[in-house]
Amino acid sequence: MPTVTMTVNGKKVSGEVEARTLLVQFLRENLHLTGTHVGCDTSQCGACVVHVNGDSAKSCTMLAVQADGADVVTIEGLANGDELHPMQAAFKEHHGLQCGFCTPGMVMSAVDLVKKNPKATEHEIREWLEGNICRCTGYHNIVKAIQHAQQTM
Amino acid sequence: MPDGGTGIGAAVKRVEDKRFLTGRGTYTDDINRPGQTYAYILRSPQAHAKIDRIDTSAAASAPGVLAVFTGADMQVGSLPCGWQVHSKDGSPMHEPPHPPLAQGKVRCVGDQVAVVIAETYAQAKDAAEKIVVDYTPLPAVVDMNKALAGGTLVHDEIGTNLCYDWEIGDEGQIDEAFAKAAHVTKIDIVNNRLIPNAMEPRAAVGEYDRATGEYTLYTTSQNPHVIRLLMGAFVLSIPEHKLRVVAPDVGGGFGSKIYHYAEEAIVTWASSRVGRPIKWTAERSESFMSDAHGRDHITHAQLAMDSEGKFLALKVETKANMGAYLSTFASCVPTYLYATLLAGVYTTPLIYCNVKAIFTNTVPVDAYRGAGRPEATYLIERLVDRAAREIGLSQVEIRRRNFIPADAFPYQTPVALQYDSGNYTATLDAALKAADADGFAARKAASEAKGKRRGLGFSTYLEACGIAPSAVVGSLGARAGLYESAEVRVHPTGSVTVFTGAHSHGQGHETTFAQLVSEKLGLPMDNIEISHGDTNKVQFGMGTYGSRSLAVGGEAIVKALDKIIAKAKKIAAHVMEASEADIEFKDGNFTVAGTDKSMAFGEVALTAYVPHNFPHQELEPGLDEKAFYDPLNFTFPGGCHIAEVEVDPDTGVVKVERMTAVDDVGRVINPMIVAGQIHGGLAQGIGQALLEGCVYNEDGQLVTGSYMDYTMPRADNLPSFSVGTESTLCAHNSLGVKGCGEVGAIGSPPAVINAVVDALWDLGVRDMPMPANPQTVWKTIQSARPAAAAE
Ligand code: FES
Ligand code: FES
Repeated sequence: MPTVTMTVNGKKVSGEVEARTLLVQFLRENLHLTGTHVGCDTSQCGACVVHVNGDSAKSCTMLAVQADGADVVTIEGLANGDELHPMQAAFKEHHGLQCGFCTPGMVMSAVDLVKKNPKATEHEIREWLEGNICRCTGYHNIVKAIQHAQQTM
Repeated sequence: MPDGGTGIGAAVKRVEDKRFLTGRGTYTDDINRPGQTYAYILRSPQAHAKIDRIDTSAAASAPGVLAVFTGADMQVGSLPCGWQVHSKDGSPMHEPPHPPLAQGKVRCVGDQVAVVIAETYAQAKDAAEKIVVDYTPLPAVVDMNKALAGGTLVHDEIGTNLCYDWEIGDEGQIDEAFAKAAHVTKIDIVNNRLIPNAMEPRAAVGEYDRATGEYTLYTTSQNPHVIRLLMGAFVLSIPEHKLRVVAPDVGGGFGSKIYHYAEEAIVTWASSRVGRPIKWTAERSESFMSDAHGRDHITHAQLAMDSEGKFLALKVETKANMGAYLSTFASCVPTYLYATLLAGVYTTPLIYCNVKAIFTNTVPVDAYRGAGRPEATYLIERLVDRAAREIGLSQVEIRRRNFIPADAFPYQTPVALQYDSGNYTATLDAALKAADADGFAARKAASEAKGKRRGLGFSTYLEACGIAPSAVVGSLGARAGLYESAEVRVHPTGSVTVFTGAHSHGQGHETTFAQLVSEKLGLPMDNIEISHGDTNKVQFGMGTYGSRSLAVGGEAIVKALDKIIAKAKKIAAHVMEASEADIEFKDGNFTVAGTDKSMAFGEVALTAYVPHNFPHQELEPGLDEKAFYDPLNFTFPGGCHIAEVEVDPDTGVVKVERMTAVDDVGRVINPMIVAGQIHGGLAQGIGQALLEGCVYNEDGQLVTGSYMDYTMPRADNLPSFSVGTESTLCAHNSLGVKGCGEVGAIGSPPAVINAVVDALWDLGVRDMPMPANPQTVWKTIQSARPAAAAE
């Protein structure tokens, strides 16, 4: 079985995986980082979004071996100790989550959006979120939270 | 309300958010038990077939495989249905068996045929490919009308596909009223089949402890005690004291996680055979073909009116799809949660409804957010919209003429329910204002100048929730009571744990319920913990659905809190050497009236557990109280939803420009959470109206089996919403609360479709099926054009 080595949330990790192991499986099963979720099997829901080398990526759509040598950040690595990342804080402030299942992917995706397009309009925010499905919130408060984080990030 | 505002009415930020935002929630699939194995469930690719032979030998010897089981191995009870409906001739509904693993026949795509248990999920899945199943395909019946006509039978042993033929009302009386009517409006409605799609796929971990003989099931459930009862008593014969069911963090339910599913029984049963814990997690494609679906009604309805547009009588004939088996609450959805709502907010004096529930070779259909009430609302509000157009009244005027007046409560409808409170004019007026209905004409002109059509659609709706008074539902065939329970445990240092039988899977109970405690006991939120979802911790519970958590579960908490205060007063009286009647409790302090003697709540709590000089004959140590609350009636939230859409007639694309909802949800405990619930409901309602639709082909293959084919509402399909509340208080619970979880999904679909019809009326469009996606809208416009030209 191939061995993969990568940096996850600032820590160097390695493990043996089957070649077909997805990055999300490696994170959840080998590293027990269960904050990254799996909501679909067709790369559409975005529950699995993490950052790979600084860009948001769907960890269900990448093999673990493809992330060999990469720098990966998951939802568990976003806050600074006990202090929430401004995007996490904004989601709380604006009630941008209900069941919390889409939330890790939503937050990771939103962080990347604000980095890439700090002044995104409501329309641009909504288009960016096309790859993140939320069944609970109707997106209203997620959009509000991201607009708030545009000011605080 | 204590300092900082954490009592009733405060928009307290959610207690549960931190763990979800930092990736530290614990959902079922996050649970890993020592020695855990994995299950893969082999499902039927056939909609209807006889199983001639299953050869599992190659799979059983595949790498990592511990066991393979089929229906021949798993001879257990049938997955039960919790509500018995009787046909109009008095006979009970047909309840064909629903085995967890198929017994000789499969009846829908996705039916469970075998289970493979292996060291890893990949090994289990690989091995399942080696199972050889010889099927003799049988013709599938998907269409309800064809199923009624007979021929192919889903269940041979019952000799019909008709589960029941139920009615409410007096058909003869109705026909007389129709004969005298000045005008009759008729409509044919299809309420499209939906797939719930909570974002967390269902999962279950079963575990057996050989030493104690105890089973534990971790599962994605809205009601763990109900699962314990159904699975323990009816399917696996495990007594309740040897079965623990835990529903940890659950990623959305919307009804689909109420029911007892085969996979829960399979992993629990198999865990004792294999001797190790077993985890099963649905892949999304499995969710599509194994979660209970929602809606799926075909209805013909007629409304009789006098010459002033007053409603005289309503006659409804509905066919409701049950799918291949009866899911847990399937039978009550198109009857007691549907036909009893057909008065809506109107004074219609006579109502008759006939419902035929029909088996087909499709996945079982059961309650999905709103359950029966969205179907009733869609029917009434589409009918009222059409009636207004036919008799030349405005959408607002026809409603005002028929509203139940605000001073008419309690109001007895002709279909069994008695509404306790409401003010439909108030919600309509507030919504008209919030939607800037007066500015619509100008916006419409602006759209037309761009070659677009703009429409305004109304829905003034009502629903029954806070489910439900046990005596009432019992008389209607429910096999359970629908009370809720709570325990308030005050710890020696004055902090509090509340155990509730309600279950939170997004609703924010850990916050809302803590606010009740904060309000009543004057404690800060940090001193309060809400515990739910574990049958070994919580005394009992009927769970969360039907917008019942606050109206029923919250009331149980209040009752237990009242008992705590009463007991604490006794203790305070004893310590302060006063008469109990003189003890007052306010802002967390017990005082002796007219003196400066006082004790803080924490001191009383400590004394309760350090009762050095208690008169033990009269006063027990401890401060821990339980309550069960059975509601006196349903609650009746209602309101007005107004949709404003812009349609591009060249492409058929519908854009929701404005969505306004003003709802009467009773007293609001946390306005932030209430607004969030309504947003989510609106998104699902707009989803049903414009995007979502489950499609089976004639052979019973599920065509919409993934997110590539089933259109989930995305952020860019929806507008920001305008929501508000305009409340009257529930008259029969102490909090005055009604419920807010379902109103968005119930009220909004007809508002959206009425808006689309309004936009296209001048093009000759008279009706619009759901989902009104671009293809459907474009086709409808094309077929209407010749008709419009001829008019
Ligand atoms: S799990 Fe759905 S996109 Fe990755
Ligand atoms: S918060 Fe539940 S899916 Fe988004």
